[in-house]
Amino acid sequence: MSRTKYSAFKVFKEALTGHKGWEPAWRDAEPKADGYDVIIVGGGGHGLATAYYLAKKHGITNVAVLEKGWIGGGNVGRNTTIIRSNYLLPGNEPFYEHSMQLWENLEQDLNYNAMVSQRGIMNLIHSDAQRDAFIRRGNAMLFADAGCEYLNKKEVKERYPFLDMDNARFPIQGALAQPRGGTVRHDAVAWGYARGASDLGVDIIQNCEVTGFNIENGKCLGVKTSKGEIKAGRVGVCVAGSSSRVMAAAGINLPIESHVLQAFVSEGLKPHMDNVITFGAGHFYCSQSDKGGLVFGGDIDAYNTYAQRGNLPVVEDVCSGGMAIMPCVGRARLLRMWGGIMDMSMDGSPFIDKTEIDELYFNGGWCYGGFKATPASGDCYAHLLATGHSHEVATEFRLDRFRRGAMIDEKGVGAQPNLH
Amino acid sequence: MIINHPLLGPRDSEEFVYLGSADLINRPTNWEDEASAEDFYQYLYIRENIAGDNRELWYHEQGDQSWLVVTRCTLTHEIKSVELAQDVSRAQGRSK
Repeated sequence: MSRTKYSAFKVFKEALTGHKGWEPAWRDAEPKADGYDVIIVGGGGHGLATAYYLAKKHGITNVAVLEKGWIGGGNVGRNTTIIRSNYLLPGNEPFYEHSMQLWENLEQDLNYNAMVSQRGIMNLIHSDAQRDAFIRRGNAMLFADAGCEYLNKKEVKERYPFLDMDNARFPIQGALAQPRGGTVRHDAVAWGYARGASDLGVDIIQNCEVTGFNIENGKCLGVKTSKGEIKAGRVGVCVAGSSSRVMAAAGINLPIESHVLQAFVSEGLKPHMDNVITFGAGHFYCSQSDKGGLVFGGDIDAYNTYAQRGNLPVVEDVCSGGMAIMPCVGRARLLRMWGGIMDMSMDGSPFIDKTEIDELYFNGGWCYGGFKATPASGDCYAHLLATGHSHEVATEFRLDRFRRGAMIDEKGVGAQPNLH
Repeated sequence: MIINHPLLGPRDSEEFVYLGSADLINRPTNWEDEASAEDFYQYLYIRENIAGDNRELWYHEQGDQSWLVVTRCTLTHEIKSVELAQDVSRAQGRSK
């Protein structure tokens, strides 16, 4: 399919000619009888990005993306759309900064409006100890060229006078800001990557659930699906949220628990918040969408679950966190709430690695940080699938790191997924 | 979720702290053995992460501070049974 280039001129021309010239953005395919060089299991943001970079950077175009439901129907459509690269540890920060750089050029690369908005992100500071920790993090960010800015109490108050600066328990003492952070239209990320991959020859196959793997003598030869068996030279699983279920079919237990994270949108309000604000001490973070709704979230529900809905105690906890720091939201009505299933890994960091089965690869364990990682996850996974070696910014995301004692534990809380 | 505590009756899950799979009761006992590293690796880090009926440990922090083994469906949140972890552990031959 030849690519229809999107442009202001094209919109103008179509407006004058009755919008008859638009074509489907990507091609809905059926499995090829003779199989594929690479099969990606999971048509979410990460899977579609992986397929795109495999075709674009590595010239591997005999690729299929298999999706159980419809593309972009999982966590890429269920997050709070925030992008940032404000990590501390060497195993993480260069990876997330790589992702940020890909975000910055994403729309030009894909010729697709993903509404990347670098409106900035601000982490609030409430004590001297927390300031020290954030200054350290800020230095790590500067080392990785991610950029950051320290704001004192006066500067925070000038920018966001609605914050409860003198909160009795968590008085605001300042903030660590990353001006390059922001938000992205999440569905457009899935659609943009799907369009890009499809144009380069990738087959996107929906309603095709992978039910098992064909493994012989320790080598993966293909997948069993609801549309029959499909042969593959290499299989990359990319189904965060359902990783344990899918990998169990290959006989692999993972260092992952599934938990639900709830998110919320208020009714539309007038613009008053041109930034992402995070209140880590109270587990509340918030941004304002282009439609005016406050998009916010907090903690995971903290028990194992595969149900894409949470329970009310966490709703109350998140809302009380919001009331503590932004009392002005008190009269806003909640419009929608939903839950997404997180692959909570044992140290809060992800995996992009080979498995013990030849030609079977694994990408998952993104905890609640998968969305911002989408471009780099796709790029690094494509690199691994194409070359057999880890990308230079993803060398630490190994499945065996717990066995080696090489955890990437940003918070230093140990093997307790509901604390990450 | 309402957890039907064997001693105290129905209690709101908010009173509890969740730990994880009831397999965590079975901490390896051979810790002095050099070869136990693999057992501890499996015990600490690897999870079955069941989609369906899951046996799991809940701690009644804001109640009688007992540990419970709750069998709960992770697809629906329906709670099927609740036992005292102490009873489960003793039934498995442990001292407490």
